[in-house]
Amino acid sequence: MPTKGEKDSLTGRETTGHEWDGIRELNTPLPQWWLYTFYATILFAAVYCVLFPAVPWGLGHSKGVLGYTNRGAVDQELAAVAASQAPILNRIRDADLETIRKDPQLFAFAAAGGKAAFADNCVPCHRTGGQGGPGYPTLADDDWLWGGSLQAIHQTITHGIRNDDPDSRQSAMPRFGLDGMLTPAQISDVADYVLSLSGTKAPAEAIQRGGKIFAENCAVCHGEKATGNREVGAPNLTDQIWLYGSDKASVVDVITRARNGSMPSWGQRLDPVTIKMLTIYVHSLGGGE
Amino acid sequence: MALPAMDPGLDPSSRDIPLFAERQKVYPRTVKGPLRRIKWAVLIVCLAIYYLAPWLRWDRGLDHPSQAFLIDMPGRRAYFLGLEIWPQEVYYIAGLLILAAIGLFFVTSLFGRLWCGFTCPQTVWTDLFMWAERLVEGDRMARVRLDQQPWSAAKLGKKAAKHGIWLAIAAATGGAWIMYFNDAPSVTREVLTGEASTAVYFFFGLFTATTYLLAGWAREQVCTYMCPWPRFQSAMVDEQTLTVTYRDWRGEPRGKHRKGESWEGHGDCVDCRACVQVCPTGIDIRDGLQLECIGCGLCIDACDEIMDHVERPRGLISFDTAANLIAHREGRTAHPRLIRPRTIVYTLVMLVAAGIMLATLLTRSGATITALAERNPLFIRLSDGSVSNSFVIRIQNKSAITRHFQLTAQGLADATVQIAEGEEPPIAVTEGVSLPVKDDGVGTFHAYVHVKHPTQTETPFTFTARAREDGETVTYKTTFRGPAR
Repeated sequence: MPTKGEKDSLTGRETTGHEWDGIRELNTPLPQWWLYTFYATILFAAVYCVLFPAVPWGLGHSKGVLGYTNRGAVDQELAAVAASQAPILNRIRDADLETIRKDPQLFAFAAAGGKAAFADNCVPCHRTGGQGGPGYPTLADDDWLWGGSLQAIHQTITHGIRNDDPDSRQSAMPRFGLDGMLTPAQISDVADYVLSLSGTKAPAEAIQRGGKIFAENCAVCHGEKATGNREVGAPNLTDQIWLYGSDKASVVDVITRARNGSMPSWGQRLDPVTIKMLTIYVHSLGGGE
Repeated sequence: MALPAMDPGLDPSSRDIPLFAERQKVYPRTVKGPLRRIKWAVLIVCLAIYYLAPWLRWDRGLDHPSQAFLIDMPGRRAYFLGLEIWPQEVYYIAGLLILAAIGLFFVTSLFGRLWCGFTCPQTVWTDLFMWAERLVEGDRMARVRLDQQPWSAAKLGKKAAKHGIWLAIAAATGGAWIMYFNDAPSVTREVLTGEASTAVYFFFGLFTATTYLLAGWAREQVCTYMCPWPRFQSAMVDEQTLTVTYRDWRGEPRGKHRKGESWEGHGDCVDCRACVQVCPTGIDIRDGLQLECIGCGLCIDACDEIMDHVERPRGLISFDTAANLIAHREGRTAHPRLIRPRTIVYTLVMLVAAGIMLATLLTRSGATITALAERNPLFIRLSDGSVSNSFVIRIQNKSAITRHFQLTAQGLADATVQIAEGEEPPIAVTEGVSLPVKDDGVGTFHAYVHVKHPTQTETPFTFTARAREDGETVTYKTTFRGPAR
């Protein structure tokens, strides 16, 4: 039986006194301060448990005497970020849009802020990067219903389109088919004519008839040459961009029941600085005028 | 209740065997000799480099740091003399570390723990601290006596003086550290006038504290308990490695020897314990090669002095190989073989790593370009039926002057390019647009590329940026995407 102070005969060193299946362990003691370091970590843990939230019980946990919470820390950080952003946000608030666009620092900040706001508010309809979709205009192309200048974009975002904001953009395309203003045959002819303007083939007689009907019914808004009118949001019908589809069935459908899409008045929901940043961002997507 | 006597672990009689040991304080004695002189020389050179390098100036022109060695964290640059490293070039540092590691393996396989014994910062600063300790408290026996004395004004004065010098050295060490990350003259002034940042004071304090604790208090325990290197350096050491060796075939049987007495039947070791007294890690080299031995060779100097004294040949302890030790026990001699598979492999690895680093350094370009294609949306159809792709172009200008890069594209037919940041209308990609990038900076531009009639969904093409000032040209291959036909 090993006892205290037993020496290992081979190495001449002390053993720990432990023996398992005839194997004895040499005693290779760690320095004492190493042990004290371990006690220090235990003390640290005890102090930590008093100061910080640490012990869970049932439905709650100990709060710690410092009252620290992760959420509170995040709130502080957010407040610090808001404070650090305040100077540049104030500059954006006070500057006009063209000045912001030409100042590299303001532009970079506004474009980044606009991108974030766009993702939060605009992406559900206009999709990421403003790529748009059927019924929701692409914001990255060079075709604008209500204008692509900074001012026009700012106006559209602030007051929206066809909503109850008194300053919203207003216009209504008549329901030529549903209200009996044109017969289905006439509508078909107009559709042929309109599509022919951007190169789609159709019988010459149909185009001729359609052109006449267009001049009488549509030209007042879409223009004599069908190049559209931004005053009333009437799209250019001679280009390659079709909001509701470029096949004949889609065009016939639009003429028959009219679509008159709408957009919310963001001035009622977002602060002016955010709307300015959105304007800068949308303008920078590739089609800004 | 009596515990079962079957379980030896719980045998009450074996309980008070200590599993933790009080530190055996080491009091190394001073020693003179060639290895000690080499150690002093290495110490002076290493410390001089460490303390003085940040003060070396290097002219890089206005608006650029004039410090030869500087790691500028906020500016994301590292300066080494004429070389300026950008964050994406940290592989140079990885390469340096690989070279250093293999170099360490190489030296260790040849000469054992030369690094540990002579150049390791832990050894160098411990040596410096021991020098200060000797200056104040005297040599080994005086220090032992002082520690055993009861506290008195004289003892307190000596201890205070010693720790004062230690803290001063530690503060100088911590102070030099922060100079590698800040402009040395200005950070020194800021620290002294209390104007430096919290981070500077924190690291100043941290490195002062670690120097004081590790070199003053922990000393050899860092090597024995903390450092991983002694644990795996045995992987590089073999029987042909020169290590500090006690030639037991010469020394044994050891014992006291009177002057004039015959050496017959008597080993050369006179058991004077000089080798033990000078050892900075407090071991007895006569027990053979040990984990704690840092290979500093001070025991060689100490033993040679004694051998001269007793008029026996020097070299009872010396740098020798295990193979030679065994050979001598059998009455032969084995010369160390420096060229071995191990050293050849280390040499080759070092040559390859150095070659790769040199090649990348020599072919290092003064500019880079990347073109990140907008993926959301991949492409946009414009009102005239053409297709637009947008790219974020980033051009790094590593030169010391502002350069204007002419951005063109090759491989796209009937295409135009427009820069969102500029005021110019779209221009043919073959003609291109001029992008100014300021010196030592990155220019970021949004480029819209319009193709009149894209014929396929993916058209590979190349952006080329050519500097107007010096003609340096960089290219980036990317893809123009269009709708399915």
